[in-house]
Parts: sequence; C-alpha cells; structure tokens
Amino acid sequence: MEKHLNLTLKIWRQKNAKAKGNFEAYKMTGISTDMSFLEMFDVLNERLVNDNIDPIAFDHDCREGICGACSMVINGRPHGPKNAITTCQLHMRSFNDGDTITVEPWRASPFPIIKDLVVDRSSFDRIMAAGGFVSTNTGSAQDANCTLISKEAADESLAAAACIGCGACVAACKNASAMLFVSAKVSQFALLPQGQPERKKRVLEMVAQMDTEGFGACTNTGACSAECPKEISLTHIARMNRDYLMAELC
Amino acid sequence: MKWIIKMFSSTIGQKFIMALTGLFLCAFLIVHTLGNLQLFKSDGGLAFNTYSVFMSTNPVIKCISYLLYATILLHAIKGFMLLRKNKKARPIDYAVQGGSANSHWTSRSMGILGTILLLFIVVHMYNFWFEYKFGHVPFTSYFTNMATGETKFQPMSADYVQANKMEEGMISNEQGQFRVVVVKDLFKEVEISFKEWWLVALYVICMFSVSFHLYHGFQSAFQTLGINHSKYNGLIQFIGVWFFSIFIPIAFAAMPLYFFFK
Repeated sequence: MEKHLNLTLKIWRQKNAKAKGNFEAYKMTGISTDMSFLEMFDVLNERLVNDNIDPIAFDHDCREGICGACSMVINGRPHGPKNAITTCQLHMRSFNDGDTITVEPWRASPFPIIKDLVVDRSSFDRIMAAGGFVSTNTGSAQDANCTLISKEAADESLAAAACIGCGACVAACKNASAMLFVSAKVSQFALLPQGQPERKKRVLEMVAQMDTEGFGACTNTGACSAECPKEISLTHIARMNRDYLMAELC
Repeated sequence: MKWIIKMFSSTIGQKFIMALTGLFLCAFLIVHTLGNLQLFKSDGGLAFNTYSVFMSTNPVIKCISYLLYATILLHAIKGFMLLRKNKKARPIDYAVQGGSANSHWTSRSMGILGTILLLFIVVHMYNFWFEYKFGHVPFTSYFTNMATGETKFQPMSADYVQANKMEEGMISNEQGQFRVVVVKDLFKEVEISFKEWWLVALYVICMFSVSFHLYHGFQSAFQTLGINHSKYNGLIQFIGVWFFSIFIPIAFAAMPLYFFFK
C-alpha cells in the first residue's frame, strides 16, 4: 500500500570537475513509496528549478536497469540498499519515514567527477577499445551449427556478457578496482570459440589499459560481485587471472 | 626477461607475487607449528632444543630460511606498494561506508592485519631468533637412560661455552648406559620469556591477527592464482578456515599460555 515519507537527503554537490564539492541537505516531504529513487530526484530537481537553484546533475537513461547510467552511492552502497538492481530500479519503499539518505558519486580516480553525481566513465570505453571485441572478417555468414558451443559455456559467457558497464564494481571496491568489469568482458569472449583467436592478446591489452587508467588492485573482498546489479561472479576474475598468467607465460 | 618484469609490474602480476609469497609463508607456518609443538613434550626441552639446532645448522634449512626472510620482506613491501596504489585509485573516500553489507571485514583489513603481523614478526625474531643467534643462551646437559628412555637434565653454569650448539656422546656407569647431549637451551629461553604476562598477552593478541589475516588470505591467494572451481573451492575453504585460521593460531597461542600457567 502506498505510503508517504518525509526524508532528509544529503547530496554531493560539485559545480564542475575542478571545483571543491560538498554535501547539501534537502528536506523532502510527502514522497510516495511507489516512486523510484530517480523519480524522487526528479521531484527534487523540479523544486530546485522553481526555486532558481541549479538542479542536481545525475546520470540516467533507460530507467529499466539496462543502461547502467544511474551511478549513485546511496548510504555507502552503489545503487542503494537492495542487491542486484540499479538505482532506477530502487523504490522509495526501501526507506523509512524520517530517514537521512546520503547520496555520493562513484569515487575513483579513473572516474573523475564532471558535475554533482555525474562521473566520466570513459576509462571503461578505453579498456573496451583496447581488446573487448572480436575481429570479424567479411564474407558470408557460416551456418550457426558449424560452431559447436556447449550449453554450459554459452550460459557462462552470457552471464559475463550481462555486465552493463555501470561501474558499481569499481564504486563498491575499497581499492576502486575494475577487475570484475574487465574480467566479465574478457570472459564473455574467452568462453566462446569466436573469442579464441585474440584470447591472449585481448587479456594482455585490456589489463594493460586497466592499469594505465589507474584502477586499484583486487583484494578479493567480493564487494564488487555483491553490489553488481547483474550479479557477475568472481569466477570471471579467476578466469581472467588464469588467462593473464597463461598469456604472459606462453 | 622483459616480459617477466612487465608481468610482475602489472596489477595482476603484483597480486601473483602476494599470492605466491603468501602461500609460501603458509607452508612455513605448517612446519613452524609442527616443530614448535615439541615445546609441549615433557623432556625438559631436549626434543625442542635438538630440533632448534637442526633448524639453525642444516645447510638446506639455512638456505630456505634466507628465502623465507626474503619472502616476508617481499610480501610486506609488495603489500605496502599495493596499498599505496589502491589509495591513489580512491583519493577521496565515501562519507558513508557500506562495506559491511557486501564483504567480510577481514578482507577489508588485510593491510592493517598484515602490518600488525610484520611488527609481531620483528618482536618475535628479536625475542628468540636474535637471542639464540647473538644473545647469551645458556647450555643444558641431558642424560637419557638408554634402557628406560628416561631423560634427566642439568643446566650448565652460566659461563659454560662450547664450539658447537650441540655436542653428544655416550657414557656408561653402574646405573646403565646414557646418551649425553649438551645443547644450547632455547627451551629455557622460551620458558623464561613467557613468564612475562605482557609478552604472553601480546603473542595471544597477535595470533588473532594471524587468524583473521589467513581467514581471508589463504582462500584469496587461490582466487588470485585463478584457482576457483566448485570441485575444489570447498576443500580450499575448509583448509583456510579450519587449519590456517583456527588450528594454527590456537596451537601458537597455546604455547605462551602453557608456559605462563605451567
């Protein structure tokens, strides 16, 4: 049943990449528990615009858990208190009347803040450009049944490919490590026959780019997987470590 | 050579170093625990002292011990380097910490637990390794009756010295045949040291650090090396939790407590 909440929001405000940011508190009244978290932000922004205050900048696009744009750390957890969802899938019924909700941007050197809660995640794009693809030659398509793939390998590959590149793994990791993201992108091809020709080159170049971007190292805390909206498994990190070792050794 | 340097300077390569050195240190802990269990033998320390002489004079063991010191340093230095790198990746921390909701605290505290262990190793080596090698450890003579197996011992005078850490021989008299061993008495050193309550407390507290560090560290090393499979994850977890995180710290903590309450 719909209820209405009175909340205090503490939101990180930062004018631009170079400005020094700080938390601003906003009182919200009569917030419907049926609203999504982003809808609550829309209500707040509408009020700010009416009051001639710069609205809060936040990333959002599909609002159905697919695009991975809605990057926010809510009360210390990427995408809020629920597991396996993005912020747009978080509803206000997950909060209680009188709560103070702290909202911060992803915190990582390779994700510099552009404004307020918006961060620049193009470091992920550069990692993908370094090797997150398969090279395809032109020509007529083969019969699909010519390429044999086991059900298990296909499932595992698709589980890795479910990664939407939202960056919650980096945000959740105490070291701001991108290992879960990179390993998902390495795994999705490493498990398929189509990914084999460039398997070694891919892992070496993606890891090299990951290091160049300045992400931290993996302490295997598992926070990344626990906070991942697509529940990407740590087994992909182990696979990438194996692949990296094999690619360097032979 | 270039590829080796490249591999071990990458983030994953540096973690390989942490994993390999960590597992080597785990292997050492097994030997160290089993060897030191001889402290509980009621032979006045003969078995432990003989073992100590073997461990400090055998050329193979000596080589391994130098490798061990280097491994401890490498593990610690690499750990600090990674800590710095990780801090650089997140220079501004979150105002609200939500780590407890998504990870175990031991996994988030490896740096601080490791630092405690490093300091403990320095204290521990000063207490016994330095004392045994450079300090004045008295000698004790042990007489083992070859017929009954009964061992009696007598401390030598404080100014007694001999060329080797251990001399042994046989003597016979009207009471029977005896094996005589005169050996540097590290056992006595342990016995005296652990009469100090603060040292016992320090050792016991540090064993909690060993436990928590290995609770995460042992399993984490396998994950880093790419060994994560439902076939053997259970076994790795079992060994990590029950052997390295419970048995070994309890066995070590029992030693100072045993001598304190003896």
